Amino acid sequence: MDIARLFGTHRKWLLVGLVVFILAFVVTFPLYAVTYDVRVLTTVLMYVVMAVSWAMFSGTTGYMSLAPAAFLGVGIYSVALLQNSLPFPLIILVGGLVAFAFALPVGLVTLRLKGIYFAIFTFGLVVFTSEIVQYLETKLWGKHGQAILPIDNQILLYVMLGLAVVTVLAVYFIRRSRYGLALTSIGGNEEAAEHMGVNTTMVKVLFFAVSAFFMGAAGVVTAPTLLYINANIAFSLFYSFMPILMAVFGGMAELYGPVVGAVVFGYLETTLRAQLHSYFMLGFGIILVLVILFLPNGIVGLVPTVQDKLRGLMQRIRKGGEAEQHANT
Amino acid sequence: MPILEGQGVTKYFGGLAAVSNVDFHVDRGEIVGLIGPNGAGKTTLFNLVSAAFPISSGEIRFKGRKLSGLKAHQICQMGIARTFQETEVFGNMPVLQNVLVGAFFGGSNRVSATDAGKEASKALEFVGLSAMAATPVKDLTLVNQKQVEVARALATRPELLLLDELMAGLNPTEVGEAMKLVNRIRGEGITVFMVEHVMQAIMGVCGRIMVLHHGEKIAEGTCNEVSCNKTVIEIYLGEEARA
Repeated sequence: MDIARLFGTHRKWLLVGLVVFILAFVVTFPLYAVTYDVRVLTTVLMYVVMAVSWAMFSGTTGYMSLAPAAFLGVGIYSVALLQNSLPFPLIILVGGLVAFAFALPVGLVTLRLKGIYFAIFTFGLVVFTSEIVQYLETKLWGKHGQAILPIDNQILLYVMLGLAVVTVLAVYFIRRSRYGLALTSIGGNEEAAEHMGVNTTMVKVLFFAVSAFFMGAAGVVTAPTLLYINANIAFSLFYSFMPILMAVFGGMAELYGPVVGAVVFGYLETTLRAQLHSYFMLGFGIILVLVILFLPNGIVGLVPTVQDKLRGLMQRIRKGGEAEQHANT
Repeated sequence: MPILEGQGVTKYFGGLAAVSNVDFHVDRGEIVGLIGPNGAGKTTLFNLVSAAFPISSGEIRFKGRKLSGLKAHQICQMGIARTFQETEVFGNMPVLQNVLVGAFFGGSNRVSATDAGKEASKALEFVGLSAMAATPVKDLTLVNQKQVEVARALATRPELLLLDELMAGLNPTEVGEAMKLVNRIRGEGITVFMVEHVMQAIMGVCGRIMVLHHGEKIAEGTCNEVSCNKTVIEIYLGEEARA
């Protein structure tokens, strides 16, 4: 029985099997899990959407965006404003489109900034949007915060699963396309990319907005789990840092890196937050520092190394066996 | 009609004129050399042609069309490709991916993935890098990285190629190879405009030479004319070149 060879020849089918298994797990989850766990899984899937779409833009181009919370918040507030006038599936689309439309001018203005300045501006954007929303809310409605109508947890889980699948598929095709190449070339050397015919401004702004679309849609599906929102909840900077943490932890070289990171951290966050209150942030910080120091390519960066080690080990065992046979004859 | 033509080309950096009132032209099918001491404005002139930054005054025309106001990617798509003095490669990407960027985005029309792949392989074969297609560019030697830049530029299917110090840092054998490469590029019907300090290479491949000094054009002509020009010898070539 040669496991390494099995992985080599049937890689594609094993992958399909794994994906089917994961989907089946999520779909059947509400049948045997308690409500609380269903909500945890929904949150984990929300983080998958956030981390994967963040890595699609920031991981490839190197433009460190701290704006996810702004786009997620836009999605959450879309629900607050539209829940009585539009059906929920349509709000998901509208929330995504509003975030997309919001990201376009923001991208046009800020993507001229390099490195740390872009990060600072997008950080400021979250705070700024939050303040504006709070101001408008008090002015227009004379109140602070909004109630969100609840939706059945099981339905929300399935909707979030659908969104996560759509996001992962979309990012998969973007990464494989010429635009994936353009994004990576911008990260490699923006000046050279521009001189090789890549319309760098267009590519950056467009895909910054595409990533915002998915974040906005994720905000819409998250909103009903919150029941009550205000600007501080919807635009919490926590939602900006988590996707980055997850993508860096998981590794951004492969599509599944941010997915792994989101699942691990999403689970840890939701469970540890309940037990350890704010101490869990301390643990997150320590893990992140360790990953950056020792695993620059994240957890999935370990995979090739482990594969090599395993292969070497198997060969040594096989050789050992042969040597023994020789000794016996 | 010249393929590339500049009139009164001027670029100021603050109060300093890096390129000052330069008239020049490159004819189709030529190999034109651009020489001059460090800081003469050679690379700046290339940067103006490829729209790395805007021109202060004067105008540049490519195939009769004004280039002012266009962005670098549009210039490339019109048919002007370039390489860089300090190699500007996509270090973490494999050689083939580097060249594919040029193949996908450098042309005036949208190309299919199959055509881009063919174009990239052809360009790699042309510069002799096919065997290293899968190697990350940052792991290559300087000469190979320069070949990647040439292949990437060729994959954009240019009519005019700007080579910025292709031979700098190469040993004599490699310079010889690079000279052959430049001649083969012209053989493909591509006009070449090159900045170079290696005089042996300039004299060997260029039909015509322009000399810049302090941003001004001080001489122009065939290799013989330029190498006998008194001002050029004083400023750039030095006395021994006369021998």
